[in-house]
Amino acid sequence: MAAATTTQRFLDSDGFVRITRFVSRALLYLLLIVMSLWFLAPLFWMFMSSFMPLDQVGVFPVQWIPRVWQPENYTDALQFWNFGITFRNTMFVTIISLIGDIGSCTLVAYGFARFRFPFRDALFLILLATLMLPFAVRLIPVYAAYEAIGWIDTFYPLIVPNFFGNAFYIFICRQFFLGIPQDLLDAAKIDGASEVRIFTQVMIPLAKPAIVVIAILSFQNSWNDFLGPLIYLKDPDLHTLAIGLYKFTSLPGQGGIYNQQMAASTLMVMPVLIVFFLFQKQFIQGANISGLKG
Amino acid sequence: MAQAFGAQLSALRGRRRTRWRDLSPMRKREAKFGLLFITPWIIGVLLFALFPFVASFLLSFTKYNIVAPPRWVGLEHYVHMFTDDPLFLKSLRNTAVYVGGSVVIRIVLGFALALLLNTKVRFLGLWRTLFYLPSVVPIVALSVIWLYVLNARAGLLNSLLYAIGLPRIRWFADPDFAMIAFLIMSTTWVGVTMVIFLAGLQGIPEEYYDAAKIDGANVFQRLRRVTIPLMTPTIYLNVLINIIGAFQVFTQIFIMTGGAPRDATRTYVLHLFDHAFQYLPPQMGYSSALAWILFIIIFVFTAVIVATSQRWVFYQGGETS
Repeated sequence: MAAATTTQRFLDSDGFVRITRFVSRALLYLLLIVMSLWFLAPLFWMFMSSFMPLDQVGVFPVQWIPRVWQPENYTDALQFWNFGITFRNTMFVTIISLIGDIGSCTLVAYGFARFRFPFRDALFLILLATLMLPFAVRLIPVYAAYEAIGWIDTFYPLIVPNFFGNAFYIFICRQFFLGIPQDLLDAAKIDGASEVRIFTQVMIPLAKPAIVVIAILSFQNSWNDFLGPLIYLKDPDLHTLAIGLYKFTSLPGQGGIYNQQMAASTLMVMPVLIVFFLFQKQFIQGANISGLKG
Repeated sequence: MAQAFGAQLSALRGRRRTRWRDLSPMRKREAKFGLLFITPWIIGVLLFALFPFVASFLLSFTKYNIVAPPRWVGLEHYVHMFTDDPLFLKSLRNTAVYVGGSVVIRIVLGFALALLLNTKVRFLGLWRTLFYLPSVVPIVALSVIWLYVLNARAGLLNSLLYAIGLPRIRWFADPDFAMIAFLIMSTTWVGVTMVIFLAGLQGIPEEYYDAAKIDGANVFQRLRRVTIPLMTPTIYLNVLINIIGAFQVFTQIFIMTGGAPRDATRTYVLHLFDHAFQYLPPQMGYSSALAWILFIIIFVFTAVIVATSQRWVFYQGGETS
């Protein structure tokens, strides 16, 4: 009896509460650190091993710090892989696609958000439904069509579709336009502004946050795209970074040259990570918007 | 977004159709401008959605190799698939394993991480960034890196197993473990799901928890009775997005194994892709038939989830915009 009350008193005491809180907090942070290691270790190893001598890469268990730093892995990798051309091609495709995405999606989103016209809701339903269409269903007819008009081995298949609106980006942008107070538009109309002027000089500046999110998603999409360049670009002079890296790692004799493969991977990943760190907030927003209700 | 879809559907129901000739001149002008603004998308949806949708359906009844015009063969491909292509069923099974495994991993792990970060941790932004970071890495680079992470002889994962005293696993050299290896790799993208969950969790008003605490609910009861019910819309959405995505898994498998060992990682889209772009002569007709079966599978899954959602998805009053 006495023992029970002593235990009870201990459990209720300030000290015990503080200890449990401390322990659970410590456990929480430990767990977060372990998870961070899980997510980041592969990338950290990519970077470190890109400077290692080849024989160190194959050591078991794995080593993390280069025994000697060997930057020539990068120059060696670049002998087999024309980074300059693939980088330029990727930049070109990414930038033109970005312009197309922003231009077309803001226009279309504005049309859906601010005008009443017959079948508008039905059309918007179709727009949402296209998000469910698997890419595999489009793949073959679209490929055959490009083949027929001679667009294989050009950048057109990677660029042109972006000028006709992307359902997901339109959805994001429309949600944003719907949130802009109607009074603002009415005021502009009373001042005699035309529809085109309202769009370019009132709506576009206001929609900047949504446009930045679309720009980031579009950048990621083009920069990381693998399947498109894989089937449409056969000529090595047209290859993008994704294809360049893939071809490099699957070159005969490249099978085991992990340090150079990691150097090449680092070169491809770095620009994305730089953009990610510059626009972290917008990246997270981009992921979030897809989770927004509404 | 799934909710938007539902809202859009119900908005359509019971509304009288607006007819062009009933519109006032001003409304006509407005409608003309609206249609003008959405013209790019209308052209786009005709060229890049409707045309391929119809064309691949038609092609699925033909033999087609790009060079020669398609030749009608009726239902041959669909019969072949189920009777004469053991790899079709195998790829379907492999894909089912990937869909089931990766969706559970992403939802459970993503939700758990979001819960951890929603406990007023310090440096929330930093943790979120670190967890999200791998998902922005281009998938080709991820594949190259993970080929070494999962290297049978000296990879990172085997080093980890060794460190905790477990035997090495031959991952991609072992048909029993090859698909599991891809499931482990799929943790890379948990950050995306986590970020969406975290935003949802942060939207739950503090008062709900306070009220539950006053009623004497412990942590687990609060999770079960407050957090999870309020999070069902977000869970619903994440399940839907991840299932649709997982059915179409392709790039990392194409790069890392190409379906090996012994077709243990041959997934559905890889099978389809091989028929269209790897085999000679290309079998675009059969590939189209495969694509249509995939479309039907995804459609059925989506429809079932959307239809049952009313039973388990809980919306707070009035939020249906």
